[in-house]
Amino acid sequence: MTAVAENLTWTPVCQYAALEPENGVAALLPDGTQIALFRVADGTAYAVSNLDPFSQAMVLARGIVGDRGGVPMVASPMHKQAFDLRTGQCLDNPETCIPTYPVRVADGMVEVAGR
Amino acid sequence: MTRTLVVVGHGMVGHRLVQALRDRDTAGTWRVVVLAEEPRPAYDRVALSSYVDHWDAGKLALENADHAGDDLVELHLGDPVVAVDRDARTVTTASGLVRGYDALVLATGSRPFVPPVPGHELPGCFTYRTVEDLDDIRAAAEGGGVGVVVGGGLLGLEAANVLRQLGLDTHIVEMAPRLMPLQVDEGGGALLRRLVEDLGPSVHCGVSTKEIAEAPDGLRVVLSDDTELTTGMVVFSAGVRPRDDLARACGLDVGERGGVLVDDACRTCDPNVYAIGEVAAVHGRCYGLVGPGYAMAEVVADQLLGGTATFPGADMSTKLKLLGVDVASFGDAHASTGGALEVVHNDPVSGCYKKLVISDDAGTLLGGILVGDATSYATLRPLVGQALPTDPGALIAPAGSAGTGIGVDALPDEGQVCSCNAVTKGTIKDAIVVGGCTDVAGIKACTKAGTTCGSCVPMLKQLLSSCGVEQSKAICEHFEYSRAELFEIIRATRVRTFSELVEKHGRGRGCDICKPAVASILASLGAGHVLEGEQATLQDTNDRFLANMQRNGTYSVIPRVPGGEITPEKLLVIAEVARDFGLYTKITGAQRIDMFGATVDQLPHIWRRLVDAGFESGHAYGKALRTVKSCVGSTWCRYGVQDSVGLAIELELRYRGLRSPHKIKAAVSGCARECAEARGKDFGVIATEEGWNLYVAGNGGFRPRHADLLVSDVEKETLIRLIDRFLMFYIRTADRLQRTSTWLESLEGGLDHLREVIVDDSLGICAELEEAMSEHVANYSDEWRGVLEDPEKLSRFTSFVNAPGIPDPSISFREERGQKVPVLLPVPTVGQTNEVAEVKQ
Ligand SMILES: Cc1cc2nc3c(=O)[nH]c(=O)nc-3n(C[C@H](O)[C@H](O)[C@H](O)COP(=O)(O)OP(=O)(O)OC[C@H]3O[C@@H](n4cnc5c(N)ncnc54)[C@H](O)[C@@H]3O)c2cc1C
Ligand code: FES
Repeated sequence: MTAVAENLTWTPVCQYAALEPENGVAALLPDGTQIALFRVADGTAYAVSNLDPFSQAMVLARGIVGDRGGVPMVASPMHKQAFDLRTGQCLDNPETCIPTYPVRVADGMVEVAGR
Repeated sequence: MTRTLVVVGHGMVGHRLVQALRDRDTAGTWRVVVLAEEPRPAYDRVALSSYVDHWDAGKLALENADHAGDDLVELHLGDPVVAVDRDARTVTTASGLVRGYDALVLATGSRPFVPPVPGHELPGCFTYRTVEDLDDIRAAAEGGGVGVVVGGGLLGLEAANVLRQLGLDTHIVEMAPRLMPLQVDEGGGALLRRLVEDLGPSVHCGVSTKEIAEAPDGLRVVLSDDTELTTGMVVFSAGVRPRDDLARACGLDVGERGGVLVDDACRTCDPNVYAIGEVAAVHGRCYGLVGPGYAMAEVVADQLLGGTATFPGADMSTKLKLLGVDVASFGDAHASTGGALEVVHNDPVSGCYKKLVISDDAGTLLGGILVGDATSYATLRPLVGQALPTDPGALIAPAGSAGTGIGVDALPDEGQVCSCNAVTKGTIKDAIVVGGCTDVAGIKACTKAGTTCGSCVPMLKQLLSSCGVEQSKAICEHFEYSRAELFEIIRATRVRTFSELVEKHGRGRGCDICKPAVASILASLGAGHVLEGEQATLQDTNDRFLANMQRNGTYSVIPRVPGGEITPEKLLVIAEVARDFGLYTKITGAQRIDMFGATVDQLPHIWRRLVDAGFESGHAYGKALRTVKSCVGSTWCRYGVQDSVGLAIELELRYRGLRSPHKIKAAVSGCARECAEARGKDFGVIATEEGWNLYVAGNGGFRPRHADLLVSDVEKETLIRLIDRFLMFYIRTADRLQRTSTWLESLEGGLDHLREVIVDDSLGICAELEEAMSEHVANYSDEWRGVLEDPEKLSRFTSFVNAPGIPDPSISFREERGQKVPVLLPVPTVGQTNEVAEVKQ
């Protein structure tokens, strides 16, 4: 997740080292947006909206991380729908997609760009 | 114009006729009057012996047997027909009811044959055919002692097994030189006798019963070789005789050896009168199995509706598991066809005898006998009359060696797969390919195959897979193994992390299916705290936060209240915690208190208070033992016979924290009134005057199931030992998210097999199972205390990584009936299609 436009505002969220592999945490952006931040097995960090669109609860950061056919995904802890961490596409319902956010690591700090 | 059909006898076959006719006669051209001697609607006589497992006649009920709601069926129970007037076309019952008929069907079945031995009518002598017979036998077996079964055929061995289950020291007396003389040959008989005697009963072959006389403490049975047996009861199971008395009395022709003589259309010499089932002698031959009876019922239904169906003759194959011994006999088992050849495989060491009878050119299978291991019956029987797919020796080679396992593919479409219901391979394939059946239950519903004796079910499974219905046991895309196999891999290789497991035995990175399953297996195998290191990332959210996630993303908290017993002081603690944290409270169905609406960051604070007051995790969030519910028991209740609360607490403390494929619920009732509803639980205990009865594999919820009686009147130590074994065996072998009820139903051999494994230790694993449980008991520690004592685990309980201490601002509540309830976010709803949540079982 490096090729991003210059005019984004980056918010430092936490130390990269604080992210456990294959796990997620929630973070609050300055505008009140809640994001779910994940570190997957190969070390890549992804950020998506924390809102599960099916249950309307802010819970995606608490889902199980893994892969479906090689696609990195998180499964909603509410009713198990899976979302592609790269694109936000729901893998169980083609009509549903959740917002994703650019992520970078600078000086050991994970930064997320809001929208 | 509506005509009237009178059916005499509501046994299995009479019922099948009524059902078939009512299914097909959509125009309602026939009204049906059923006159039945027995006090209950038709039931599954084939499964009669299973009645001793539950003593619940309701479980033997046949589908729709009371014809409730069908205005065209009139059913009179407990009122036998005593006379038929063929000129007036009327029948008269014992109560004086008279009914006219346009067509009459005699479906009166058979009566057990009681040899005219002196003393055969003494009290203590029974037959074995009806629910009432078994009730009588049960009552007489109350005090234990000895039981003698006269007859070593199929039914005799079933009866002997029942006596053995009732705790009697059992003797079997058979006139022929071997057991099951009709089905097996000398070689098979010798092995069968050995296997039966290994299980306890004494076998007396080649002798008859000379005399039965009253003795001071029961009955004295004298055999023809002058052996004397002192016994509490004698059960006659020496064959059956058709109940053709009504037919004789009204002048119908009967067969030479009895039975109402009928033609291919099941019609008697009077064109308005038919006979079907065991009472019918088709061209003089009677059939003592339900399959041919069903076929006759279908023929008559067709004839009544103007069809021309005829009875094609029937296959007298049988397979049964008696006293835990497999016996199967099919086709021309005794090689009576001219020039027939026999191929025999006799292995006294492993205890199996197999014989195939083949045509003189060795090209066609004619029949066979299997004793000790009848697994190949399902594939061999339908091959009778067909070209042999391979060398006959290979067909009966010991399991595991090359060349075995000829599959369903070898069978032509017209081959019968289910002989009980005469369903061919072609019909089943149609049901799968055209009808879209995707599992055995679907095939059963659609074709009736597999619904009677069940021996064809393995074939149904094979057919599903050969038709391309994916029956993969793979738990998910990351592992090719079933949960039970994964369990064994982890146990044997002592792999203790998911990463290592998926690297060595799987592919990819895992998902929300395999990760929690492996986490649960690791926990069952005692791999430490469920939130230790990598394990935390494998857990479903409930296990990750040791609380139950609710619809708005908050959690509910349930402390353990063993057996539902709680002091006022502890109630106060719960009340104060709920008040101080603003939690909604509700009493659960499992006798404890649930507190709702806690945010992630509140959980440790709530639990600090609870743990300090002596509470522990109630595991309401886990696939684990939930509670052991209890009634009040003998301490207070004036009906109670045992201390159910004390036992429930002991059991709950013993099994608390035990992780399993699905949740486990339990209960203990202090008397037969069963106030704790123990028979709706995974394991349930009910007090008796002498000890405890243990029931297993019950379920409430989505698919209710009454638990089955595993053992009765055992003392506490035995009870606990058996529960230890039961739970560990379930944990090892069940599928992911499979409750004990569905597990038992899918277990090959069902309750009998379970009993063999965990009561009789047939697999020799009981010591291991008990050892595993004692390790669990020794290593238990409270999960919440473990979190509170570890800063690293505690650190995960924050709503936001960049704003510790700030609760999720999206969560809000409103008030209802004086308590708070969640308000959902005002976001437009997305389609609820493709919900992938698992159905709650
Ligand atoms: C313990 C046991 C195990 C068995 N196991 C197997 C097995 O594994 N496989 C298999 O294929 N078969 C088995 N059988 C045999 C099978 O149960 C019978 O073949 C089948 O029940 C026959 O059905 P039916 O309707 O002809 O007779 P029944 O089921 O005997 O029904 C006849 C009914 O007619 C009633 N009746 C009789 N006279 C009158 C009258 N005058 N008026 C009104 N009603 C009357 C009787 O009370 C009875 O209810 C078993 C039987 C028993 C007892
Ligand atoms: S063969 Fe008995 S149910 Fe199918």
